[in-house]
Amino acid sequence: MTIEIKVPALPESVTDATLVGWHKKTGEPVTRDENLVDLETDKVVLEVPAPASGTIVRIVAEDGATVEAGDLLAILEEGEAAVAVAAAPEKEKEPPVEPVAVQNKGPIKTSPAVRRLLDEHDLDATMVTGTGKDGRLTKADVMAFLKADDSSNVTPGDPAPVVVDDSAVQGLARNEQRVAMTRLRARIAQRLVEAQQTAAMLTTFNEVDLTEVMALRSRYRDEFEKKHGVRLGFMSFFTMAAVEALKRFPVVNASVEGTDIVYHNYYDIGIAVSSDRGLMVPVIRDVDQMSFADFEAALNALAKKAQDGTISMEDLTGGTFTITNGGIFGSMMSTPILNQPQSAILGMHTIQQRPMVVDGEIMPRPMMYLALTYDHRIIDGKEAVQFLVAIKDQLEDPSRLLLQV
Amino acid sequence: MSKSFDVVVIGAGPAGYIAAIRAAQHGLTVACIDEWKNRDGKNAFGGTCLNAGCIPSKALLESSELYHRAQHEFQKHGIQTGDVAMDIAAMQKRRASIVRQLTGGIAGLFKAGKVEGLFGHGKLLAGKTVEFTPVSGDVEIIEAKHVVLASGSSPINLGIAPFDGDTIIDSWDALELDAVPERLGVVGAGVIGLELGSVWARLGSKVTVLEAMDDFLFMADRDVAKVAWQEFAKQGLDIRLGAKVAKGTAGAKGVTVEFADKDGAQSIEVDKLIVAVGRRPHTDNLFADDAGIQLDEHGFIVVDETCRTRVKGVYAVGDCVRGPMLAHKGSEEGVMAADLIAGEIAEMNYDVIPSVLYTNPEIAWAGKTEAEVKDSGRAYKTGSFPFMASGRAKAMEQTSGMVKIISSKEDDEILGIHIVGPMAGELISEAVLALEFSASTEDLQRTIHAHPSLAEAVHEAALAVDKKALNFPNK
Repeated sequence: MTIEIKVPALPESVTDATLVGWHKKTGEPVTRDENLVDLETDKVVLEVPAPASGTIVRIVAEDGATVEAGDLLAILEEGEAAVAVAAAPEKEKEPPVEPVAVQNKGPIKTSPAVRRLLDEHDLDATMVTGTGKDGRLTKADVMAFLKADDSSNVTPGDPAPVVVDDSAVQGLARNEQRVAMTRLRARIAQRLVEAQQTAAMLTTFNEVDLTEVMALRSRYRDEFEKKHGVRLGFMSFFTMAAVEALKRFPVVNASVEGTDIVYHNYYDIGIAVSSDRGLMVPVIRDVDQMSFADFEAALNALAKKAQDGTISMEDLTGGTFTITNGGIFGSMMSTPILNQPQSAILGMHTIQQRPMVVDGEIMPRPMMYLALTYDHRIIDGKEAVQFLVAIKDQLEDPSRLLLQV
Repeated sequence: MSKSFDVVVIGAGPAGYIAAIRAAQHGLTVACIDEWKNRDGKNAFGGTCLNAGCIPSKALLESSELYHRAQHEFQKHGIQTGDVAMDIAAMQKRRASIVRQLTGGIAGLFKAGKVEGLFGHGKLLAGKTVEFTPVSGDVEIIEAKHVVLASGSSPINLGIAPFDGDTIIDSWDALELDAVPERLGVVGAGVIGLELGSVWARLGSKVTVLEAMDDFLFMADRDVAKVAWQEFAKQGLDIRLGAKVAKGTAGAKGVTVEFADKDGAQSIEVDKLIVAVGRRPHTDNLFADDAGIQLDEHGFIVVDETCRTRVKGVYAVGDCVRGPMLAHKGSEEGVMAADLIAGEIAEMNYDVIPSVLYTNPEIAWAGKTEAEVKDSGRAYKTGSFPFMASGRAKAMEQTSGMVKIISSKEDDEILGIHIVGPMAGELISEAVLALEFSASTEDLQRTIHAHPSLAEAVHEAALAVDKKALNFPNK
């Protein structure tokens, strides 16, 4: 069976990509998930993995070509990949990673020895500080990085083992395992540190009484599910309340670009979900134009894709505001980190029955702490606090959601 | 009304003329003053390098090398020439013509680059004004926002064997001899002494070189110096180490040179004696006492690492400041000074300046010698590859010499590359680039070198550092 290999969906605002280079030649056997070709856009470098094992029978788009989403790149003849591939002494390739956090302006050019070392240790050039001419990376820089990061005495030319278990030699119980970060993990790490370093992050808290939301939800749960075919979750209440609050405080929906503030007149909400491969933030677009049911359906679809690993880059790019729910793991309170270039993120937490004073009486109430981390460079404390209060007010009296008051 | 410029450069040698052109490229108004006068009485830009140094010496090295090869090598190629004769006058005419073309080229560059080239003497006065005494005409005062001093250097004149311009001569005179001296003495086995000694030896002189130091080419790597020593001995250059000259006396029949070495006091008779014991910064009448310029104990103009003098807006570059007296070092300083004047960020890497001797075989190196690395305490590894095993060198009939690379044992960084052999002066540029980019040995190993080429020897030497040489047994 022949399979057409096409350019995957490109991120928003990107119309085309440049074919940087094929890793395979015509007639070369490939194994499933092996990276076939690199595509470069102004935002990211995309890898195109082989959808199945087989042989490349024809390459349609050559190196340097400009391609658009859906363009035909090559034709793959499905079948047993030649044994020669398995025999290659190369380390097993990681499954291709969706470049969720890649924001490179193209690959960093490095010298041959540096390329070899980076490849061998699955490092990214951006992770190492260069001391060469004009900040270029030298082999010595990468070796110093590895040494600082890794006790596995790397000597030039030796492929470093990924896992080093010293105790095997010592025969002692004190065991330690060293595993190189996956590329996705390394990207996440890099992006989080970037956020810490560039934004003036500050977190404000509030708490919300979810009595009314819970009541509303249990009252209409069955009917909602029957009519729309999706469950009515808490997430839609929080997201809708957040979108309404964003409309009132547009700066919370804005982002910083250099010395400009970019206001977005659309509401693309990222929902942080954890997957086996790490944190992902699929984006649900134009939430302000959605019903509760639309939103729940969209969220379910994306969560499923994230778990299956079929999520596309488009699903992960953009977003004007993010909601993260640590509550599903039982978190009482936390301070989320910004998902840059966004300038605010809402943290939801676990719902707990706590004694509250209602109309002069102590009553048990389902309470949740809310956290809003915001970029103080553009959002003032007053706006941040009022934003959170607006969410609280709508959740405590969900009829406000309907009336938008 | 006095003239005024953004930049006035004093000296149009390789440091000064480059500074002037670069400054003009930045859109600054520039004047460049030079007083060099050739033996024909004509003024010329280019300084020592173009008129009396690098360029004419290379012209003569090429002519004499071809003559030598025609006599000794052509037969091997099957070329029958009969008796080969040398026309010294024609050789010198060619040398003068090359010099004229290149110095005229600078005048052309000045014109095209809108630099005002002025022949005459320039002297820095207090307050960044320059007193210009033209070749003919009245003294002018030129106002300058910035001044670059690039006055160069001149040969050291030994009191015990003073130049007389006829029999005891400096390197410039030695380039313009109109006959081959039968017996030639050279004081100093440095770059200049060895190159000039080579020229005249190839043309038929019996050359004796007297060197005061006990080590041959003390600044070069020992392995390279050893190969060079053997090759020069084969060519009949009589180099005496540890030979301290006591006196050189010009007489009716030539020069008597008295010296002492390990065998005690001796003397030799030569027809001409070249004294090439080094050069000293040339700063005569370059600045007024109250101009604020300071000289160090060796007569160099005191500057910081970016060539700024003690006076704001006044720079000094090239041979008149610290560092090796090399044209390419001066040029780069000229570029740096011009960029700094234009408000750009500029710096210079003094650690990676190539050194070249245009002898046969050529000798070139960049970075540290093995002895220097050893002294630094850094763990190192070395590898070398002989041109004997290079196909291209064999075809060229120039198989003596080798490439040696010294690298850090710990992180593989290349620390020094030393070449003795054919075209070493050309091959060294790859080494300079590698060092400039802090390349590792592996980087060179993984870089494709054309075959067949002399540069393959650099590649193989890099491989040999890790005992991976492919075309020579690894030790």
